[in-house]
Amino acid sequence: MAKITFITTDNETITLEGTSGSVMQLAVDNNVPGIDGDCGGVCSCATCHVHVAPEHVEKTGEASEIEQDMLELDDHANEYSRLCCQLEINDHLDGIVLQVAESD
Amino acid sequence: MKKSALSDPFEKARLEKGYGKMNDQDDPVTMILGLKEVRKCAHNWKTFQSGATPGRIVVPSEVNIRDTRQIPFEVDPPEHKGYRDLVEPWFKRPLEADYQRKLRQQMDEIVDEVLKKDTVEVVSDFSLRLQSRALTLLLNIPYEESEVWIGWGTHVFRSEDTALDGDKANILYDYIDEQISKAIETPGEDLYSMLLASEIDGRKLSREEVKGVMILTFAGGRDTVINAVTNSIAYFAEHPESLAQLKEHPEITGRAVEELIRYFAPLTHMGRVATKDTEVCAHAVKADSRISLCWASANRDTRAFENPNEIMLDRKLNPHVSFGFSTHNCLGATHARQIMHTLLISLAEKVKSIDIIDYKENIEELGEFKRKVGYDHISVKFHA
Ligand code: HEM
Ligand code: FES
Repeated sequence: MAKITFITTDNETITLEGTSGSVMQLAVDNNVPGIDGDCGGVCSCATCHVHVAPEHVEKTGEASEIEQDMLELDDHANEYSRLCCQLEINDHLDGIVLQVAESD
Repeated sequence: MKKSALSDPFEKARLEKGYGKMNDQDDPVTMILGLKEVRKCAHNWKTFQSGATPGRIVVPSEVNIRDTRQIPFEVDPPEHKGYRDLVEPWFKRPLEADYQRKLRQQMDEIVDEVLKKDTVEVVSDFSLRLQSRALTLLLNIPYEESEVWIGWGTHVFRSEDTALDGDKANILYDYIDEQISKAIETPGEDLYSMLLASEIDGRKLSREEVKGVMILTFAGGRDTVINAVTNSIAYFAEHPESLAQLKEHPEITGRAVEELIRYFAPLTHMGRVATKDTEVCAHAVKADSRISLCWASANRDTRAFENPNEIMLDRKLNPHVSFGFSTHNCLGATHARQIMHTLLISLAEKVKSIDIIDYKENIEELGEFKRKVGYDHISVKFHA
């Protein structure tokens, strides 16, 4: 079980608990504003973009090259950016804080 | 080669140069072929604009058959955003439970119908019908209206012998004009009325702007959906094990939809006009000349896709660009994905196998390339 906190672009804090599946799915199932997950999690749409709190980057690990290539052309991306459909929920993610990224 | 396969005619040029060339009504096009380059150019709207002369970014060019600017498709940022924000919530309605329930009902009905028939010509008897009926949901208008659109035949702009047919296009434009007039007289809950009541920067949308959105909604969602559905039927005909797989593992349906759409890339490419002298793939592109973003080629780029010429229904990482990329990514994607999702669920539940009886491929001529994009017609027999 992992507790995951989303901070929306309106600065609303939403904490959710999940056991499996992707972080994107957890967010979509709970209507977290700004996480749309249009492509269902295959890394094609970038509508699941979050910024990982700097102190938690270690927990999420690094983005794959395919994910990095998607983020590279996102105007709101920075070094803490992840597509959260690529984050599998497991105990390791417990306690992470994710800032939902702006979109165009 | 299997009957349902779509080969990748761009491979050699993509690997060797990264671009290809085609002529189109004396307004040549440099086709960009690699995934990274396609994305970069799609993102770079300042250098590669959509807001050129109406019709010019479409290949084949529609400059000679229309003057109405399609919105938001032929508008660049920052104006693009105002239009897009206005229509986006409407085009997300396919996520609503009621919409999905109605779509499911339409789908089950048409699948039941074709199961009863001896042979079915998929393009006109299945895909066009289902596309037209589903569009009534997106526009929020009575189901019966789909009969009118089905009556137009498969190609609003294309006829048998010419790629671009002004007369056919006029049928659509006249129809839309008429519908707008009706919505002005008696506003309802439909897309026309919503647009007519909308404001942008504190002013009402003009009639011409409403027309621009509606033409695009009709044109953009027709051949694309028809090709996606028809190609999928051909694929399942040759892969009954895939229907069984979907039946047993409905949880992969979402991935299967993305994979079919990646592989079939129903819209081969889309143009842009260079705003200045520039370079792509070490190739000079002159100001006011055209490039195209070749989604179909990018989707077969081995740098991003393992075994790109194979359909792997449960492909996990699938950064395809069939719905475009960046600013102008497909506004109808939610609707299109929902159609495909519902189709797969319904087929998996009801259909055991499909036999292909006879078919004629629809091949696009793109200068040095020839690409199969679907079928002119394909007759099949569905088995329960
Ligand atoms: C499988 C079906 C479909 C495919 C493959 C597809 C593909 C695409 C692509 C590649 C683009 C990007 C064009 C560009 O960058 O210039 C696009 C844009 C667009 N599509 Fe689709 N499309 C599909 C279905 C639909 C449907 C059903 C509709 C509406 C009924 C639609 C409406 C639009 C609109 C309005 C845009 C322009 C968005 C903008 O400029 O902001 N499409 N589509
Ligand atoms: S949900 Fe589409 S990229 Fe993450």
